[in-house]
Amino acid sequence: MSNILNVSPSPHQHSDDSTRKLMLGVIIALAPSLAASIYFFGTGAIIITLTSVISCVAFEYLIQKFLMKQKPSISDGSAIVTGLLLAFNVPSGLPVYILILGALFAIGIAKMSFGGLGNNPFNPAIVGRIFLLISFPVQMTTWPKPTGFHPVTADAVTGATPLGIINEGLRNGETISQLMDKVPSNLHMFFGYMGGSMGEISALAIIIGGIYLLWKRIISWHIPVSILVSMFIFTGILWLIRPEQFTDPVFQLLTGGVLLGAVFMATDYVTSPMSHKGMIIYGIGIGVMTVLIRNWGAFPEGVSFAILTMNAFTPLINMFIKPSRFGKEVKNG
Amino acid sequence: MSFTILNTIIMLSLLGMVAAVILYVIAQRFKVIEDPRIDIVADTLPGANCGGCGFAGCRSLAEALVKADSLEGLLCPPGGSETMAKIAVILDRQPAAVEPKVAVVRCNGTPENCARITNYDGAINCRVAHSLYRGTTACQYGCLGCGDCVTACKFDAMVMDPVTKLPVIFDDKCVACGACVKACPRNIIELRKKSRKDRKIYVSCVNRDKGGPAKKACNVACIGCGKCVKVCAYDAITVTDNLAFIDSSKCKMCRKCVAECPTGAIIELNFPVREQTEASRLEPDVKE
Amino acid sequence: MFKSFPKGGIHPPENKMTAGNPIEVLPVPSAVTIPLAQHIGAPAVAIVAKGDEVKTGQLIATAKGFVSANIHSPVSGKVVKIDTTIDTTGYKQPAVFIEVSGDEWVDTIDRSQVIEKEIKLDREAIINKCMECGIVGLGGATFPTHVKMGIPAGKKCDLLIINGVECEPYLTSDHRLMLENGEEILTGVSIIMKALGVEKAIVGIEANKPDAIKSLSDLTSGFKGISIQPLKVKYPQGGEKQLIKACCNREVPSGKLPLDVNVVVQNVGTAYAVYEAVQKNKPLFERVVTVTGKHLPKPGNMKVRIGTPVSALIEAAGGMPDDTGKIVNGGPMMGKALADLDVPVTKGTSGIILFPSEESKRSEVTPCIRCGKCVTACAMGLEPWYLSAASEREMFDKTEAAKITDCMECGSCSFVCPANRPLLDYIRLGKSTVMRMIRERNTK
Repeated sequence: MSNILNVSPSPHQHSDDSTRKLMLGVIIALAPSLAASIYFFGTGAIIITLTSVISCVAFEYLIQKFLMKQKPSISDGSAIVTGLLLAFNVPSGLPVYILILGALFAIGIAKMSFGGLGNNPFNPAIVGRIFLLISFPVQMTTWPKPTGFHPVTADAVTGATPLGIINEGLRNGETISQLMDKVPSNLHMFFGYMGGSMGEISALAIIIGGIYLLWKRIISWHIPVSILVSMFIFTGILWLIRPEQFTDPVFQLLTGGVLLGAVFMATDYVTSPMSHKGMIIYGIGIGVMTVLIRNWGAFPEGVSFAILTMNAFTPLINMFIKPSRFGKEVKNG
Repeated sequence: MSFTILNTIIMLSLLGMVAAVILYVIAQRFKVIEDPRIDIVADTLPGANCGGCGFAGCRSLAEALVKADSLEGLLCPPGGSETMAKIAVILDRQPAAVEPKVAVVRCNGTPENCARITNYDGAINCRVAHSLYRGTTACQYGCLGCGDCVTACKFDAMVMDPVTKLPVIFDDKCVACGACVKACPRNIIELRKKSRKDRKIYVSCVNRDKGGPAKKACNVACIGCGKCVKVCAYDAITVTDNLAFIDSSKCKMCRKCVAECPTGAIIELNFPVREQTEASRLEPDVKE
Repeated sequence: MFKSFPKGGIHPPENKMTAGNPIEVLPVPSAVTIPLAQHIGAPAVAIVAKGDEVKTGQLIATAKGFVSANIHSPVSGKVVKIDTTIDTTGYKQPAVFIEVSGDEWVDTIDRSQVIEKEIKLDREAIINKCMECGIVGLGGATFPTHVKMGIPAGKKCDLLIINGVECEPYLTSDHRLMLENGEEILTGVSIIMKALGVEKAIVGIEANKPDAIKSLSDLTSGFKGISIQPLKVKYPQGGEKQLIKACCNREVPSGKLPLDVNVVVQNVGTAYAVYEAVQKNKPLFERVVTVTGKHLPKPGNMKVRIGTPVSALIEAAGGMPDDTGKIVNGGPMMGKALADLDVPVTKGTSGIILFPSEESKRSEVTPCIRCGKCVTACAMGLEPWYLSAASEREMFDKTEAAKITDCMECGSCSFVCPANRPLLDYIRLGKSTVMRMIRERNTK
């Protein structure tokens, strides 16, 4: 016999999936949002994205090579995804050094210090974003207006997010009906004509990416749908009770990072539950907590805090919410 | 203002007192009376929780030691006679005789000696490979090379040799806890009596096949010919199921069997280099 | 809409290249090796000695104990020796070696091609016949059929399910058998129904075999109580519990047997063997084996005598391609990789698959990313990631609590894992350890 036979336990076939392919799929799904943010924010978006991705990958490589003394595994693409998501969660005008600091925190503290891919309890991109939000509150809430590559006049460089306008306005005693005139229309917000973090503004682009992820079976529908539905129902109830104090559910879903969070951040494999039942509980938790933070918390936006909190509950959900076993509850006709 | 402060102080003090009473009552109610010597003995033990003694951990052994009437049969293999002597003093009992032992790997199936005929591609775990099939060689008894024993060793006394694909035991670190012996699905590792200068003579094979197939599978297999049995003056060697075994308690390290073995399955280690004359080879090493 | 099992499942590429190849009869080899342990249960005991002349179909080893099966000589010739041979796993097994001369059959075997439909024997006689003829389940588990037919006191059975799913990729032996010997199979099904005393039988067939579904459906009019159930193409549709759930919506409870929901499952190949045993008095000494592989020159379905070396099958299929990297006995999902080509075909060999070297190596194992794909894929609703990790760390009591014993080792979890983790390798280790722990506990 010319060659030595391989022997292994069954199965002897494997699907085409690999970690790298899944990450590549996520990167492809993020492409429409990247295109949208470049369209709306111009060169700033390109600089932020490149800086974030390059620094995340570099930090992961350096930490693995010199601190952990392992074979660097940056080729799996998870650092690229973290970099993209971190970029999408910051304003396009953020100073580059702050962003690099955020990338260091996201990769170094949130991911590698727990042992690298697969071991981090919290979504690195969200940890990075919250670290920046708390450390640099001014820079992190200075939102350039979505003007694309067109030059703008000096006084109109920055503006507030729709959620910021509502939050600020309610505190000043204005009513919702007055405030709704100050924010962009739902249609505008759907396409992305609003202030906000780079990747979160265009609902359309995120939905396209989400459909791609679902089509390729990279994510299942459970987490995004449960987040969006629970938010819609919760804000809908509030809106029906007190329409003068609470905004309508469609506005809530289109603003802020809800879609980005539901489609890309909450569905992060490592930090979300593994059974479908667990995913739904996790999603509902995020939806409810987001509404609570938005309406009663100090920050106008609460998606990332909600995801981070539910990340912490994920091991607990995994432990107690088991998939329904075959042959456990017997219903024989 | 002062009233508030006073109120706070009184409230907290009351709360503290109530909590203290509750704690005291509970502590008294559920008090566990334990022999204080258990702690002392447990501190004397190495604390590696290796399980070599047969108990769940060092503390379990300490409890058993304190409870037992004599130290016979209770042994901390890593601690050895030194530790057991200390414990005997603490417990005021006669120390049991401890024979120092060391683990040896009874397989010499390097890729050179024992041809690899398949490539194992499953999980790197000896027990998985063992339950799957014979292994990468034609020998169904030999080392699988996945290193379960190395993983089991808590004393860093083992490594896998990347060239020979066999585990190597560092005698100075081995405490004969027996974890590797339990981990090996093929019972290749044996605990043998430790002799002076770590000298060793043992049959480095566990193949129980008849001579022909054994030799075909591996150049250095024991073929059960029994020549070593005949040459041994101390009745230390027995052959069962086509496999020779040297009883380490009877072996006097004369090295006659090593020269006699036609396949080189008997291995001598840490001996001074022999003079390459026929006479000296057959002369027993009287100084041993 | 095709019926299916409710949870989990995967869609591996089918690769059923030999579906159109009719069954060809492989010439009798010059020598055969008959292992004495070809079935689940105690190995048979040889009753021939060195130098004995045997005829094709002659009993050469008798069942030892209740769960065991007779073994018959597949050839005529002389017993050369009774020694050990290596089985699929490479470990040594006792076996009878026979040198072939001619092909003289025992004269009680009816070798005519006439299809005998009328069942003359009664219940007891059928079960006895299956026992005498050494019939075992031919789906792969090789459980002695007569044991399955004898329903213990206190249990009852009202439905027979025939497994014609063949959900394993590559394999087509059952498919061809259903196409070419439909009437015999349905007669066999009627025989098993009579033995079990049931009025109804369902033949479950995956929808990727429309020709087999059609030809069997056309034939059912001549048989009472037999219906054909097309099933969705999804692995592991042929898992016993999955098949029962899909066919009649009964869920076998965890740790129980199909008989606990009044069902018995048999394979189509077994039904054919039962037909041959009961109607033609022919013991089980040959079976259909799919020999296939992407680079094999002449893949096909062959009727092979038990004991033929695998190398002879590969030779008949055009010889082994140079780039062969792995040879699997059985299906690609649950079969065993061969370490040696001289191992004989046994009663449980359903296929021989040659994988080219680029498909034969597992990819590099990377860290678990907790994607949960294994949980989604598991047809038993288990958590493979957890069972695997706990087994790897030897926390066997935890795996027992997580019902590792429910695992049927279908391999779906390892198949889908994007990190290429050897999930099933460790689960299998944990499962066997837990089974041993349970046995020890029960004997105490």
